[in-house]
Amino acid sequence: MKHIDEFRDRRLAGGLVDAIWRKADTHRRYRLMEFCGGHTHALARFGIDALLPDNVRMIHGPGCPVCVLPVGRLDSAIQLAGREDVILCTYGDTMRVPASRGMSLASAKAQGADVRLLYSSADAIRIAREHPAREVVLFAIGFETTTPSSAVAVRQAHALGLGNFSVLCNHVVTPAAMLNILEAPARRETGPAPIDGFLGPSHVSTVIGSRPFEFFAREYQCPVVIAGFEPLDLLQAILMLIGQLNEGRAEVENQYRRAVVREGNRRAQALVAEVFELRRLFEWRGLGEVPYSALKLKERFRAFDAETRFALEYRAVPDPRACECGAVLRGIKTPEQCKVFGTACTPESPIGSCMVSAEGACAAHYAYGRRRLASEGGT
Amino acid sequence: MARTKGYIRPLDFAGGRIEMTHGSGGKATAQLIDELFIAAFDNEWLRKGNDQAQLALPPGRVVMATDSHVVSPLFFPGGDIGALAVNGTVNDVAMAGARPLYLSAGFILEEGFPLADLRRIVESMARAAAAAGVAVVAGDTKVVERGKGDGLFINTTGIGVLRDGIEISAERARPTDAIIVSGALGEHGAAVLSARGPLGFESTIESDTCALHGLVAAMVDAVPDIHCLRDPTRGGLATALNELAWASGVGMNLMEASIPIPPEVSAACELFGFDPLYLANEGKLLAICPKAQAPVLLDAMRAHPLGGQSAIIGEVVADPLCFVQMTTRLGGQRHVDWRRGDQLPRIC
Repeated sequence: MKHIDEFRDRRLAGGLVDAIWRKADTHRRYRLMEFCGGHTHALARFGIDALLPDNVRMIHGPGCPVCVLPVGRLDSAIQLAGREDVILCTYGDTMRVPASRGMSLASAKAQGADVRLLYSSADAIRIAREHPAREVVLFAIGFETTTPSSAVAVRQAHALGLGNFSVLCNHVVTPAAMLNILEAPARRETGPAPIDGFLGPSHVSTVIGSRPFEFFAREYQCPVVIAGFEPLDLLQAILMLIGQLNEGRAEVENQYRRAVVREGNRRAQALVAEVFELRRLFEWRGLGEVPYSALKLKERFRAFDAETRFALEYRAVPDPRACECGAVLRGIKTPEQCKVFGTACTPESPIGSCMVSAEGACAAHYAYGRRRLASEGGT
Repeated sequence: MARTKGYIRPLDFAGGRIEMTHGSGGKATAQLIDELFIAAFDNEWLRKGNDQAQLALPPGRVVMATDSHVVSPLFFPGGDIGALAVNGTVNDVAMAGARPLYLSAGFILEEGFPLADLRRIVESMARAAAAAGVAVVAGDTKVVERGKGDGLFINTTGIGVLRDGIEISAERARPTDAIIVSGALGEHGAAVLSARGPLGFESTIESDTCALHGLVAAMVDAVPDIHCLRDPTRGGLATALNELAWASGVGMNLMEASIPIPPEVSAACELFGFDPLYLANEGKLLAICPKAQAPVLLDAMRAHPLGGQSAIIGEVVADPLCFVQMTTRLGGQRHVDWRRGDQLPRIC
């Protein structure tokens, strides 16, 4: 495939892997967090972890939108879907995420709820126009990558005067979560962040640019390299992070130059700013309440806010006590250091957020790392 | 075919639709059977008009398999539910190393289903059965009310005969055995995706649906000691390998670079965030055989029209955890695990 195979070239990858082995100082550790679930997925899919020296360790961050979606928000979606007049539109991988009382959107659908799987927010608008007598709710989730498309849908609904369309907004913002990982109260108790550098997100950065990450480099002396999703992107970005750490630099570098510019996509940013504003607090599964980390509809578009339209009362559901997702997402613990990992908590019956989607830190470890664990365990 | 039953007018295959009476067992049912099913599947057993078929089987063990087909959409590039219903069951019988001989076909039709579509599907079944050399010897038709079915469901059951000396079974994979696939993977799954409602995309990918027993016959002639055969349908190669690994209590090591995946399938998967290893195939098989006999088996497969792109993709290893693993193109390691539920598109 043109423009894909080039970034998966085995010979070039081998060269980068050799360079990483040469450059990584055997006397120090490199704990690198890939924030984004897409990176977690790619690392696992291409088996990149296995190519790295032992002292270069990837920590899977909270950048999987499905994983960090709190149970309470899912409960709201399921409650809405249960109404006879509602068509709930959602993106694929939210369907199976377990909510309260053993429910999920998939089980709600099985019980008769009208839940539709979307590929694009435009489909929700189409469905709303096709069913004027029904309430069509877009269950909007995701980081900055998916927010602009929700904004487009709201603007379109506004322009069309669609009275039966609303958005249950769960869009979250990346920098606030990164800040939380580095600076949360939990962190103060556990000492300095065990993270030496960040692989910055790819698609999120195409929207917000690389500039928002400069704060972390400057204030936390934590290097950030924005990386693409292909194996060569990841390997090169890891090499760049090792280089910065070796040289004592903490800068934002952009490996993904073919898509990301410092200022990002201003049109998309303007669109999002027109429709959404920051919430003061938003609950993240695993991280707890994170200030100014999520978006809600602006007053002008309040008519399209499902939370007001249906007078939804948010009920937070605490993470199970045995679950250590918070520590895992912050890089304090590895998934295997959690007591329930792989025993009570598996991808079939996840307890914590990190096991919920294949891109969650624990699910990725479970699916792709079990072999390594098993061989280390002497089986 | 006697046409003396005095139906008022022939079935309207241009604009007619299935009505409840077509399933009530009366004259309308009889007419549907006469003018559509018997006309298409015509053979000595159906012509007798019995509620069962009496079959004389050649010597050997009898092999039986059943499969219900509920595909959406009913028509997709390269095939339709009819061809699938015949080939799927023929292949299930063939994966024992057997020669499929007879099929039954049960139809559950939804009130309002266009007769034109039904005829197209039944004729496609008849063509697939003729091509596979199997006879549809028994059948059943039921009609459910509008809204209680998804247009049409087809169940087929197949019977075949297995000659002595063939012991192909899921639990026979042994460490050092070779794992072979008969060709490019993922075409059926990608073709169905391309034709499916909001996911639709334009592509040249066609379903690979076809009957594989001819290929299987050539394979067991060349290497009677094949250990396992399976057609990686629902759940794709990854699921089929996990099933075999589990049944045999072994692990498997795959080489990603040797797994044939057509570029169009890879591209569709990239676009939608799917993994081709989990996409359905309807005209491919995977075989596990002793390593020493793998070259002979591979030659026999490649010499057959349905196995031209056959390839050795990995080997069976001792592993009490029954993991299927893969060395990626980059040289990394990846666990090819069971899937949990359907593949769903990723969010970002």
